[in-house]
Amino acid sequence: MINLLNTTRVTKWLVSGPPFLYLTLFFLLPSLIMVVASFRYPGDYGGLAPLFGVEPGKETGLTLETYRFFFSDFIYTQIFIKSFGVAMASTLVCLLMAYPLALLIAHSPRKHRDFMVLLVILPFASNFLIRVYAWMIILGPQSAFSLAVNHLLGWFGIAPVPLLFSSFAVLVGMVYVHLPFMVLPLYTNLEKHDPVLLDAAQDLGANAWNRFWKVTWPLSLPGVYSGAALVFIPVLGMFAIPDILGGTGDILIGNLIKDQFLGTRDWPFGSTLSIMLTIAVLLLAGITAMISRQGVRQ
Amino acid sequence: MALLEIRNVTRRFGDLVAVDNVSINIEAGEFFTLLGPSGCGKTTLLRMIAGFDLPDGGQILLDGKDLAGTPPEKRPIHTVFQSYALFPHMTVTGNVSFPLKMAGKSPDEIAVKVKEVLDLVHLSDKGESFPHELSGGQKQRVALARGLVNRPRLLMLDEPLGALDAKLREEMQIELITLQRDVGITFVFVTHSQAEALALSHRIAVMNAGRIEQMDEPSKIYSFPVNRFVADFIGRINILQAEVLEAAPDHLRIRIPGMGEVRAPAKTGAARGQKGVLALRPEQVRIAAKIDDVADENHFPGKVRDFLYVGDITTYIVDLNNGARIEALLPNSATGRAKFFEIGDAVKVAWPKDAGLFLND
Amino acid sequence: MNRSSWLWSISALVYAFLYVPLIIVVVYSFNDSRLNAEWVGFTLNWYRVLFNDEQMIRAAVNSLTIAVVSGLVATALGTMAGIAIHRYKPKLLPFMVITPVAMPEILLGVSLLLFFIQVMNLTLGMLSIIIAHITFCIGFVAIVVRARLAGMDESIFEAARDLGATPWQTFKLVTFPLIMPGVIAGALMSFTLSIDDFVITFFTVGVGVSTLPLQIYSMIKIAVTPEVNAVSTLLMLLTLTTIIIASKFAPDTLRGAMK
Repeated sequence: MINLLNTTRVTKWLVSGPPFLYLTLFFLLPSLIMVVASFRYPGDYGGLAPLFGVEPGKETGLTLETYRFFFSDFIYTQIFIKSFGVAMASTLVCLLMAYPLALLIAHSPRKHRDFMVLLVILPFASNFLIRVYAWMIILGPQSAFSLAVNHLLGWFGIAPVPLLFSSFAVLVGMVYVHLPFMVLPLYTNLEKHDPVLLDAAQDLGANAWNRFWKVTWPLSLPGVYSGAALVFIPVLGMFAIPDILGGTGDILIGNLIKDQFLGTRDWPFGSTLSIMLTIAVLLLAGITAMISRQGVRQ
Repeated sequence: MALLEIRNVTRRFGDLVAVDNVSINIEAGEFFTLLGPSGCGKTTLLRMIAGFDLPDGGQILLDGKDLAGTPPEKRPIHTVFQSYALFPHMTVTGNVSFPLKMAGKSPDEIAVKVKEVLDLVHLSDKGESFPHELSGGQKQRVALARGLVNRPRLLMLDEPLGALDAKLREEMQIELITLQRDVGITFVFVTHSQAEALALSHRIAVMNAGRIEQMDEPSKIYSFPVNRFVADFIGRINILQAEVLEAAPDHLRIRIPGMGEVRAPAKTGAARGQKGVLALRPEQVRIAAKIDDVADENHFPGKVRDFLYVGDITTYIVDLNNGARIEALLPNSATGRAKFFEIGDAVKVAWPKDAGLFLND
Repeated sequence: MNRSSWLWSISALVYAFLYVPLIIVVVYSFNDSRLNAEWVGFTLNWYRVLFNDEQMIRAAVNSLTIAVVSGLVATALGTMAGIAIHRYKPKLLPFMVITPVAMPEILLGVSLLLFFIQVMNLTLGMLSIIIAHITFCIGFVAIVVRARLAGMDESIFEAARDLGATPWQTFKLVTFPLIMPGVIAGALMSFTLSIDDFVITFFTVGVGVSTLPLQIYSMIKIAVTPEVNAVSTLLMLLTLTTIIIASKFAPDTLRGAMK
């Protein structure tokens, strides 16, 4: 009996030990260090000040200073709000584009579905920067698209607008990069719907509009929620797209964090911002999980 | 000495006692069945015999040797899993030769034995097929062949026919009986289907809530259930609330509310005033239109409430004039005769005084 | 207009939205003009420039080295994690495996930067990048392997033991062959993710080391030339090949991984 139980325990540790140790060391520990860092003072030449005083008159130990600073200047709250706005807008646009596509794939003959899904995934396989770069070309001032848009605006008497390096470009980039994340969970959900349900609804007198809003849409909500989370969360922390496609004013949380760590090198404040972002993401994930669980119960 | 001896075995999961002080002796060559509703503990018991679970108390002995401390792979006991558990990445031959390879048999011996056992289950031509290419019945045979191929002391079958459709199940039942007789290996069969248990077994242990309610030959279990649970679980039966009026040495006089007074076979230990139930098989109850047609001691007038026509027989549900309800069975043996009575017909139900069993509730 | 032609037209537009930008990148990589504005004529000049760009070549070698090493390690660790999560239902491990994948990448990037410099006193370079890449690739491999195990009948592992196989033989003869497609797909996925990673590399890279995405980033930021289109096209070809191989091994894993 002892032999049987012991071998199970040894195998258990042999199998789960290495990944557990690795992730403890290189994920859990760094995360904790960041939490601590957010309560420390910045060093003289960037980085962190020593935790224990070596020179008299220097600030050492732990402090709430960075958090106070965060709330004292409205600009940071504003950037958080703006980031949420961009994430919300990107999620909505993604949903509007992805839903019809996911619905079409789910209603297509079974043998075509995999290929149609593959077509959605394939662009996702090209490098993220390449996909952003593509929009630099399309939205560039000399591009055919820019010229056409401005020509069109001209007809309405609107002066030419630069498309690149704008909030519009940032939104387009965000949507383009994250669209597959919305299509896939939606499709996975919609594909599972029993088509007989729609027949039943029609049989019971529902027109196309009602069949969608009373049957398809409520049943697809879990897919909508997970798709929304998969778009919203990465967009919230994105710095590269505003960096490449945005203008000088298009600063989001990600850019702020990147700047604290690699630019001004105020690591405590950078850590504070990262912690705030983490909290925001965890809250969002929690809310999503709660809503979708309620949805299931209904 | 019994081949497998289960001594006072208990297994708890938290507050739940899955197996409660169970003792069973299984003899070599027996076709033994553990019968019970789902959750009665039969699968837990099976897993302990196989070695996937350990008893909290008691012992399991094979040939008088305690199996505790012997891991599943070292026990000369094989299992046919409910889901068949065929290895999807191996052919039929690969699956069937697996236990032989584990036992370190030579390739020549493996080839001979695999061929033998595949012949036995009529799958000689399927050796190179993969499990997903087989039908349900064929998978079942592969699982059987794999379990039998290196001749374990004991083969356990966990609801092996559950996934098959009705007709195939009946065919497989007959094959299982033949197979077990031919190979002479002890079978421990687990099922929740009383029909399967009655048809296949030498002996049956009826389990409920972790305990063995009754252990005996099928005909004894069917005819003489020891308590209400067994009576109710095995076959269709009328269960009527009853009170003993008189306990004579050769018979019982019983009062049944909504029916009246009836006679039943004597029962040791029954005493005047004792409350219990009268268990009566529908096939023991006769049904007739006129009173002269029934000469049995216990007879009551009633009205046909409903009937269930199933081809060879018809079950009539009769509401007695005094309020009780009773089921009676009538074979449709007369050619072209589908049924004898219509709903609402006034009838008499009757049964002989030596039919029925008084049981503790 | 009926409902399905409706869906078709919107979907066609979405597909166009997905593909036109990439096609433009590829087409302009053969364009005989410094500007990505209009078609002038066909040339392979940008590929010639690319293959003579020593920095780019070095970055490519770095990227491949990092991807191969971190892919291999992550596959081993991720496979273990996937099996452990499926078999032993641990509480903390699933969280530790999923979070680095689910959180915004920048968070893992900056926390590792802090950790490497502040705690490990590590000079940032190839090693720091490899460590970081392993951290997020483990999750993807674990998800794929676990998904494969979850789709399997549990009793086949017990059947193996029942028929005389030791735990190790059960793993070698039954478990491993069955999860192999998942492991291979996970390995190829790790390789692709590592080669493509920009954000986490951006924070864990040191002076004097570069990878392809970092090289592309600095080119985009500083001076856009169709050389970027050329390297993009080649990179697309590479990932495309990897994906096709991956889907050959386990057609359902790609979708499973993104769920």
